[in-house]
Amino acid sequence: MADATAPFCISGATGEWEVVVGLEVHAQITATASKLFSGAATAYGAEPNTQVSLVDAAMPGMLPVPNRECIRQAVRTGLALDAVINRWSRFDRKNYFYADLPQGYQISQLFHPLVGEGEVEILLDENDEATARRIGIERIHVEQDAGKLMHDQHATMSYVDLNRCGVALMEIVSRPDMRSPAEAGAYLRKLRAILRYVGSCDGNMEEGSMRADVNVSVRRPGEPFGTRTETKNVNSVRFVMATIEHEARRQVDLIEEGGTIVQETRLFDPDRGVTRALRSKEDAHDYRYFPDPDLLPLELDEAFVEECRASLPELPDAKRKRYEGVGITPYNAAVLTAEVETARWFDALLEAGAAPAQAANWVAAELFGALNRLGKSMEECPVAPASASELLGLVADKTISTTLSKQVFEIMLETGEGAAEIVEKRGLKQTSDTGAIDAAVDQVLAANTDKVEQYKSGKPQLFGFFVGEVMKAMAGKANPQVVNERLRAKLD
Amino acid sequence: MTDLTTLTIAELRDGFRSGEFTAREIAEQYNSAVAAARSLNAYTVETPDDALAAADAADKARQSAEFGPLAGIPLGIKDLFATRGVDTTSGSRILSGFKPPYESTVTANLRSAGAGMLGKLNMDEFAMGSSNETSAYGPVISPWRRREGSNAALTPGGSSGGSAAAVAANIAAGATGTDTGGSIRQPAAFAGICGIKPTYGRCSRWGIVAFASSLDQAGPMARTVRDCAILLEAMAGFDPKDSTSFDVPVPPWEGELSGDLRGKRVGIPKEYRIDGVPAEINALWDRGIEWLRDAGAQPVEISLAHTRYALPTYYIIAPAEASSNLARYDGVRYGLRVEADGLNGMYSATRAAGFGAEVKRRIMIGTYVLSAGFYEAYFTKAQKVRSLIKRDFAAAFEQCDLILTPTAPSAAFGIGETTDPLAMYLNDVFAVPASLAGLPAMSVPGGLDAQGLPLGLHLIGRELDEQGVLNAGLAIEERAGFTAKPQRWW
Amino acid sequence: MSVTAEQVRHIARLARLEMSEEELERLVPELNNILDWVEQLGEVDTAGVEPLTAVVPNALRLRDDQVTDGECRDEILGNAPVAEHGFFAVPKVIE
Repeated sequence: MADATAPFCISGATGEWEVVVGLEVHAQITATASKLFSGAATAYGAEPNTQVSLVDAAMPGMLPVPNRECIRQAVRTGLALDAVINRWSRFDRKNYFYADLPQGYQISQLFHPLVGEGEVEILLDENDEATARRIGIERIHVEQDAGKLMHDQHATMSYVDLNRCGVALMEIVSRPDMRSPAEAGAYLRKLRAILRYVGSCDGNMEEGSMRADVNVSVRRPGEPFGTRTETKNVNSVRFVMATIEHEARRQVDLIEEGGTIVQETRLFDPDRGVTRALRSKEDAHDYRYFPDPDLLPLELDEAFVEECRASLPELPDAKRKRYEGVGITPYNAAVLTAEVETARWFDALLEAGAAPAQAANWVAAELFGALNRLGKSMEECPVAPASASELLGLVADKTISTTLSKQVFEIMLETGEGAAEIVEKRGLKQTSDTGAIDAAVDQVLAANTDKVEQYKSGKPQLFGFFVGEVMKAMAGKANPQVVNERLRAKLD
Repeated sequence: MTDLTTLTIAELRDGFRSGEFTAREIAEQYNSAVAAARSLNAYTVETPDDALAAADAADKARQSAEFGPLAGIPLGIKDLFATRGVDTTSGSRILSGFKPPYESTVTANLRSAGAGMLGKLNMDEFAMGSSNETSAYGPVISPWRRREGSNAALTPGGSSGGSAAAVAANIAAGATGTDTGGSIRQPAAFAGICGIKPTYGRCSRWGIVAFASSLDQAGPMARTVRDCAILLEAMAGFDPKDSTSFDVPVPPWEGELSGDLRGKRVGIPKEYRIDGVPAEINALWDRGIEWLRDAGAQPVEISLAHTRYALPTYYIIAPAEASSNLARYDGVRYGLRVEADGLNGMYSATRAAGFGAEVKRRIMIGTYVLSAGFYEAYFTKAQKVRSLIKRDFAAAFEQCDLILTPTAPSAAFGIGETTDPLAMYLNDVFAVPASLAGLPAMSVPGGLDAQGLPLGLHLIGRELDEQGVLNAGLAIEERAGFTAKPQRWW
Repeated sequence: MSVTAEQVRHIARLARLEMSEEELERLVPELNNILDWVEQLGEVDTAGVEPLTAVVPNALRLRDDQVTDGECRDEILGNAPVAEHGFFAVPKVIE
């Protein structure tokens, strides 16, 4: 893979081009049990049209009543993105006809969104603060999701399922501040992490709870923005990056062939890795936004906003800095804070008394390795933080060696037994008993007189061989430091 | 036995309570009257069984002395109110066959107060009209006829024309109406009955087919001011299902009724003396002023400077909201569907076949004023003028407690007489300002014109001061001595 | 301002109203009449005036996050012109 931190340029036939990217991320508010304006459930995967109220189906005379928790989650999200919370906002109608939109309009916020400007800091290289970029957030507004159409169930008809219709979405609109697929990827991952820390959205892109509209344009470096296209509903970080790659290339080729970019809506085809213009919505859009007369202006008081603020957890950037402050390497700190489950697990580990730097190394190497092998996520981690802390404690107080700890950990994963119990039951406790160690040393030296000769005649690298043999003789339980001392005493 | 259909709701209530007659007797007489008056075309659906069931429940409840305030009262329900399992079409072909699986809050309130439903009342399609001629079910014919000459069928006004005709013709003891820009008050005036549009937010809009959400309000239409007070008390109330509903208690409007207006100042807006309004109407207005003075009120001249802009303002805002509210009629979930090529083809064919000319006209106007490039010039401008209209009222109510004007610029006109949309819109010139400001307003019969047709007087009150409006209405009613009834021809 | 037949056709398309040429011809002058008339609002000085946002002084209420509705598919689909297998059905859409 190319260096993510290097400037991203497209070399066309006529020279270099810069790509300009802005993302509109639609994040479902998964924290609520019911929809934005109705009391129907939001759970994923229900039977078609069972989580639909009369309001969602736009029956005549039905009216929207906003869900306080949706507003609260959007405000918390805004605060987590350092954004302005507008104390006065209101809902607008975005009018268009489509089979997934029963009202014939989406209740959204155009003129006065709930959340104003904020920003997200991304790090292109975890080891290098100098690769930090700030991506501006223009606004976050709250709106209704649409229903779902199924096209492959019937030869001449599409089927409409309104379960998702009316679920709350936050549309998080970035500034056109990204200049490469890598930056867009880092932004999306960071945004997803923040949403998951806040708990407003589970960031599950497979289930569609997070999707991105990707705005791409190209320009000569230093020139004004070009015309952009919008690729709708891209549902993974990888696809977003692929969309930008392809779309930028397509635009450059088109311009260089003498064509012009038209502002249009496109779709990403994941099978072919290309974007194509959307056919069904070719009508020029005119959404005829106007304030929704069924809803009064939304006014928030200080107490509401302060409660939202107070309820926020420690966020990834703050946590990363805290970890670095207790001696954890920047790389480990970045890795440990990237996912909220990891961070939560790691915080519990620290709370259980583990030494930060040692614990961080162990999680990044041993625990991640084990989970990877087992195909388990952090949420399914078979070892509790307290048990891991016990294991790390045994290494720290030299009851077992680091080498032996790996073996103990394996047993923990297999049996679920505690570390101390394993060490005790299987006699794995490390020994500093000089008598026993001396006996083993003598035995090893006696059995390898030739190597002792070679060592003494100028092959000091054989020292490691002797250590290994002694440890082997002691079944790994000898304190390596004592073994070293005793060997040196005998050999030198 | 007495003709129970000639009694007021208050009289029916008292007779039912005292055991003079049963609720079943009331319902049966009304059911017969309804069936005998089909030539008025007031009802689109008759529900005699519903009326009888409610009556039987009322009679049963009376034995236990635990019955609602409207026990035994049979009402007509404007077809804009969703009624569970009963066709609710809003006078439109596009909702043909629609049986809502729900009951509007207002009608549910009336039912739980003990009222029965005689049927669904005809109306202008989606409440868009002032003459009931836009109904897909054909126009309602007013029970009133001109005194001389022609036997021409007259309009009962609109959009609550079925409601007005039914109450005037004694085929409903009272009726629900809705008022977006005069749709309760103008037909009440045309039909010689009372009708009140309460403060915006008093009656829940939940389950009422939406026309223009920021203007729509339900209200009662009945033969007397007292009957209006009784019905409104049952209809109104906070509803958590309507975000614009007022969370305030419903006052005992009937109990507090009083025609004594001493200490009240009545505003007479000078701008409401409009060119072209018949002298009879201005003369009635002057009589109204005298009646209120007689009741103890002090008339004061006030200014509502932006009145003349109220109608154009309304005809931007109401169609804009309607164009969006009516987008849901797309042939997918209920009502009419006309198959055509593809989804958009089906939409366009369905809506073309399902909506009538006036509804289409308003959807077109509404779509246009919201469209790119025109939104600021039309819609935003109109909402600004609306602010000014509201300010005018706020300033006026510094100087007065209520406002008296005529209800409509003419008496009822003949069906088919007014074909120009703009001329039709002018019917609501006096009614629309209060709608734009969300204020309570009422029409009370004041007298007959030279043709023997009823004319109404219009009272506008402060926000939430329905009591002031009803009291002034009562004062007029007590003095106008309006006892005229249409001669039965149907 | 006055609207042209082309604009009226465009508005009709936006509003999903199929319209014959005759209907369109009839509508153009009608709409222009109405628009001419509403344009008298241009006379009103609205400098510094905020558009009306709430008809009456009432604040937006928020409801608690509780599942109180749904699980009524038969009622939802009961009035549908075409419903199959628990879905509404529409003419096939090609995206």
